[in-house]
Amino acid sequence: MLSRTADSLYWMGRYVERAGNLARGMQVALRMAGLASSLGGDVDEWRTLLVAAGAEPGFLAKHSDVTPEAVIRWLALDQDNPSSIANCIEAARGNGRAVRTALTVDMWEALNDTWREMRAQAATAADPERLPQFLEWVRARTLLFNGAAADTMLRNDGWRFTHLGVMLERADNTARLLDAKHETITGEGSEGAVAYAQWQALLRSVSALRSYQWIYHTRLKPRLVADMLILRPELPRSLLACHSRVEQVLDRIAEANGGRRGEPHRLAGEIHARLRYGRIEDILAGGLHAFLTQCINRNIDLGREITAFYLHG
Amino acid sequence: MVAGGESGFRINHVNESRRAFDEMHAEGGVRPAYAGIEAWLKAHGLEALAAKRAEAEALFRRVGITFAVYGEGGDPERLIPFDVIPRILARQEWDRLSRGLTQRVKALNMFMADVYSKREILRAGLIPESLVLQNEAFRPEMQGFVPPGGVYTHISGIDLVRTGPDDFYVLEDNCRTPSGVSYMLENREAMLRLFPQLCAGHRLMPVGHYPEELLETLKEAAPPNCQGEPCVAILTPGHYNSAYYEHCFLADEMGVEVVEGFDLFVEDAVVYMRTTAGPRRVDVLYRRLDDDYLDPLVFRPDSMLGVPGIFAAYRAGNITLANAPGAGIADDKAIYPFVPDMIRFYLDEAPLLQNVPTYLCERDEDRAYVLEHMQELVVKLARGSGGYGMLIGPHSTAEQRDEFARRIKARPADYIAQPTLALSTVPTLAGSGIAPRHVDLRPYILTGKDVRIVPGGLTRVALREGSLVVNSSQGGGTKDTWVLDDGPAPSQSQTQSQSQSQRMGG
Repeated sequence: MLSRTADSLYWMGRYVERAGNLARGMQVALRMAGLASSLGGDVDEWRTLLVAAGAEPGFLAKHSDVTPEAVIRWLALDQDNPSSIANCIEAARGNGRAVRTALTVDMWEALNDTWREMRAQAATAADPERLPQFLEWVRARTLLFNGAAADTMLRNDGWRFTHLGVMLERADNTARLLDAKHETITGEGSEGAVAYAQWQALLRSVSALRSYQWIYHTRLKPRLVADMLILRPELPRSLLACHSRVEQVLDRIAEANGGRRGEPHRLAGEIHARLRYGRIEDILAGGLHAFLTQCINRNIDLGREITAFYLHG
Repeated sequence: MVAGGESGFRINHVNESRRAFDEMHAEGGVRPAYAGIEAWLKAHGLEALAAKRAEAEALFRRVGITFAVYGEGGDPERLIPFDVIPRILARQEWDRLSRGLTQRVKALNMFMADVYSKREILRAGLIPESLVLQNEAFRPEMQGFVPPGGVYTHISGIDLVRTGPDDFYVLEDNCRTPSGVSYMLENREAMLRLFPQLCAGHRLMPVGHYPEELLETLKEAAPPNCQGEPCVAILTPGHYNSAYYEHCFLADEMGVEVVEGFDLFVEDAVVYMRTTAGPRRVDVLYRRLDDDYLDPLVFRPDSMLGVPGIFAAYRAGNITLANAPGAGIADDKAIYPFVPDMIRFYLDEAPLLQNVPTYLCERDEDRAYVLEHMQELVVKLARGSGGYGMLIGPHSTAEQRDEFARRIKARPADYIAQPTLALSTVPTLAGSGIAPRHVDLRPYILTGKDVRIVPGGLTRVALREGSLVVNSSQGGGTKDTWVLDDGPAPSQSQTQSQSQSQRMGG
């Protein structure tokens, strides 16, 4: 496969996933903000989300106050935020269009229709009355696109690089979401109704609230929430599940391309091994925030190595 | 609006079009090839037709069949309007055209082989030497090199117009990177989806095998140093190019990579693609990039779109470029008037397709005539493409004519002029109803070891009333072009049993 094609597919996968993750994060923040007064806590959901999305520096360069309206607009629509939902959709579609022949018709139509509808509703998407519907739409479109890819792509390098992008982005998102709430897991805020609602929200954002009950059969406990999001292989959005797929996919790519392996394969294997054989007690003892920061940084390193090895051939 | 009634397809004659030959309604009746269309329109009426048009537009938009127009504001990705009433040619009409096209493209290739080597046609005095050697489209870099098989223009688009039942003229030749063939293919797909019964009731000669024929042609052009199965790729300027959709479409249909300049590199005069499995050798490049941008080491040094060293690889016999650099010399508008002479000179045959009489403003007597008769003539740039910089005499104002007269006097060699032809019309769904609109035809001629032409081509239609300009950049649209095979149309039951046996056989 052309390196440029692989590069575009990888970024298309990342951007679609990022748009969906942002919508998930915003849905949770909306919910928490709605509960804030009844919980009586000092809930600063929107700032937390800005930090989790890595969008705080850009936001503060343009805004002096963190108001819900400003954050929503920034995350959902702002042209100046390269990772706003609107820009993610634009970038995903731009990457897809640049390599159209590598996409199936179903994928292209899912992507192109999303882009067209996004343009049509950009003016009103952040209206308070419209926002929940818009976020749900983004989530659904992401699911549709991922489903189209999973159901229609030939299992060749095209699929592998698309999937690789999705999985790396997803791992990054889960680590960031959990990190943004680490204080409610291990810190001072890990007691009481507010903390409980935060754990719920966290699980909900990765579609795992019900799954938690199926795995642990007990009320929410911060240690188990962290365990689930980091170490459970059953949860498709856990760090372990994502990195297990990343290692597998990189392995398949190497097999399909003459067995050539390098730093991305070593690093992916190392990250996967630490997660696979890690214990939640040790992670918490060493500090959750430190652990997650390291995860996020290694994920960035891995992305860089993949780019150097495959995408800029 | 009356559905199904006669009023649904009444032709609104306009002055301009009354003189023109209408391909559906001529000699006071419906020409036989259009009988099926006439029956459909009678049975279904205008509203049904308008609904089909809306369906077609939704289809094209959804699939993303667009051409890109950047830098003009508005939607950067536009649809070329598609008219749902097909343009129909009878088999014997097409066969005549096909023979003429084959002859013409053969002569054009021989002309290039000649002017880049022995220049016999120049020495014979048939074409003024300066017209070729001083021409911007002439590439001195190509001298003393013969591309594989002596083919320069592997993919040619010859634009034809019609003025009467038997009167076809070549309007211009396109020997560099003719575009539009994807519309020919997509238009047919759309018609088959929108009008399955109507299509089944006609013996349509298929066009869908064009990508296979193209791939065969490109493989046949493989360079001498190619080992094994040739690796073919399409070189695109990128997704800002107006024909980007077509580049991807053709690559997809042929199962080859579409590459940009950055995807290729040259090492020891061999061209490679950068792939996830490491470098891969390319043997034949169907390049949709102009000569100027192809290789910054040879042509424009500031080109970011090309591949440094690719021209040396070409001359070393390690890659074939299709079409060949310098192929523009054959389709230059100043060379065009000499094509009939070329046919006689190289093939010793009488030209089967006529040229439109052309005045070269460079010649004193021609220029004098043009300046006297501007109101009757179409004045065009001798170089450059498309509908820009064109004066249509009968539709021009005195001011515009004065302006063009000034330009012609200032740079006579840049301009040619032709009489305005009463281009044939085909009924077209216009704003308020069905009305005649002028059309042309661009068949695509493939030259490998043999010449291949899929029947028909791209019909372009001037959608504005009375307009003669069919370019998509100037408000033109397209129609599906049907070539009807001989013999009676198959009945419904025959078609069904045929498709059934195909299913069972497959």
